[in-house]
Amino acid sequence: MSAVRWLVALPFLGILVGTAFVNRVEPLVLGMPFVLAWIVGWVVVGAAAMALVYALDPVNRGPDGEETGGQP
Amino acid sequence: MNAALVVIGLVTLGALALGVAARRGLRMTLEQWTVAGRAFGAPLVFLLTAGEIYTTFTFLGGSGWAYGRGAPTFYILAYGSLAYFMSYWLLPPIWRYAKRERLLSQSHFFARKYDSPWLGVLVAVVGVVALVPYLVLQFQGLGIIVSVASYGAISPAWAIWIGAATVTIYVMISGMHGVAWNAAAKDVLILAVVVFLGAYLPLRYYGGFGEMFHAIDAAKPGFLAFKPTGQSILWFQSTVILTALGFFMWPHAFSAILTSRRERTFRLNAALLPLYQLILLFAFFCGFAAILQVPGLSGPQADQALLRLSIQTFDPWFVGVIGAAGVLTALVPGSIILISAATLVANDVIRPLRPDLSDSVVATTARALVPVFALIAVYFTLEGGQTLVALLLMGYAFVTQLFPALVCSLLPRNPLTKYGAAAGIVVGVVVVAFVSQTKVGFADLLPFLPSRIGDVNVGFAALILNALAAALVSGATRRAPAVAAEPSP
Repeated sequence: MSAVRWLVALPFLGILVGTAFVNRVEPLVLGMPFVLAWIVGWVVVGAAAMALVYALDPVNRGPDGEETGGQP
Repeated sequence: MNAALVVIGLVTLGALALGVAARRGLRMTLEQWTVAGRAFGAPLVFLLTAGEIYTTFTFLGGSGWAYGRGAPTFYILAYGSLAYFMSYWLLPPIWRYAKRERLLSQSHFFARKYDSPWLGVLVAVVGVVALVPYLVLQFQGLGIIVSVASYGAISPAWAIWIGAATVTIYVMISGMHGVAWNAAAKDVLILAVVVFLGAYLPLRYYGGFGEMFHAIDAAKPGFLAFKPTGQSILWFQSTVILTALGFFMWPHAFSAILTSRRERTFRLNAALLPLYQLILLFAFFCGFAAILQVPGLSGPQADQALLRLSIQTFDPWFVGVIGAAGVLTALVPGSIILISAATLVANDVIRPLRPDLSDSVVATTARALVPVFALIAVYFTLEGGQTLVALLLMGYAFVTQLFPALVCSLLPRNPLTKYGAAAGIVVGVVVVAFVSQTKVGFADLLPFLPSRIGDVNVGFAALILNALAAALVSGATRRAPAVAAEPSP
């Protein structure tokens, strides 16, 4: 779990740092300017990473209302 | 009276009826009115926390900035997603603490965490100050929709008054319950309208997305990428950080968090809401499609781009449907903001000063403050002159100043003292107020720094000064008691 958690750092790096290196219009990706497609891509990747974190995080197991902490 | 106005009027009346119906069978205590008894399940919390995304801000503001500014509008897509990723770890501890201590507001949260009622009052005041431009934004959006959709028959000023009156009545009657019901109706309608327009308009006028962006790039070279100076990459980075950190610092976002019944809701939403953000793309596409079709809208007029193009494209009744969706996107967030601002002043500013007041007096005061706030916002709306996005960015510059103190309070050992937290917030807010009033840029204040630093978002620069002040003052105020307590290791 703790390793998977670091996946979520990727969209932050991609959007906050990476955008500086892809600030251009061409080539269009899916009809969108490249820099826009870049941001969209990281939103999708980030959501996938988040879903993985949710699935693997022991906090989210157990019955409804049992929300007492992350100990395995 | 045209078909567009009839449709808009009917939907507005429907929203009012829904709000009134939602109140049936409930005794309106303050806890019911502001956080709906803390009894909402995942779908409604999803809608309330997602409500932020689909306000007039994105519908008209996002498309307006795409039309007027181009690439800088992409920041709107980035910051919400990053904020939701962070929410996985940020919101559950806030919710747990607030539930355990039976807190009703963000101000209570700070007051309890730092054991300082005065810090709570300060936080409430900052929240109210930040909410004003946000409420102005909703009213301005209402004014644009009603006046443009009436084909000029209703003046923007009248439209703003009508919109403000509707929001006020419905909030005073039903509180948070009414908002939640309308939030559901609003999201369905706006989703359908934005996706349809964003897909249809580029196809109809250009034959496809790629064709549209090629045409814009040819007509306005450089418009679709960040500029070398001004709204540059540096502006994008600092603005995304500022707004992502501030996303959950809004008093009304805090209230939305507190309406949840379970903390797992937040973790699930952290994965789902970023995808929901992608709908924003369609709002951008509407604005881009308008660039070559309805040219010549300058300054704040750019916010009319989506509606102007709609009028040029569709029959009046369909313009009415679009306008009605727009009215709901202003009505629902506008109500949430009004509830928050009124509750803040009644419960978090007046009550700490007059602790002897009974609950029912405070609840009545909160409701009585609703029209007061509405009037203040109408005043600033009529003064006008800024784009919707500029208004929201100003609110963010204020509200994000609460972030350092909040995050530190969640740590096992809070590095900030109450004096440090207060000093940081005051420094941050004063810097933002000073810079936005005097229009002094950082290049003028700090001429020895490279000139590109002027592109940094004002609120972000203030945030750094805020953190520095908080750390310095905490260091200074912590030392004395620490020495005194030396004998017990």
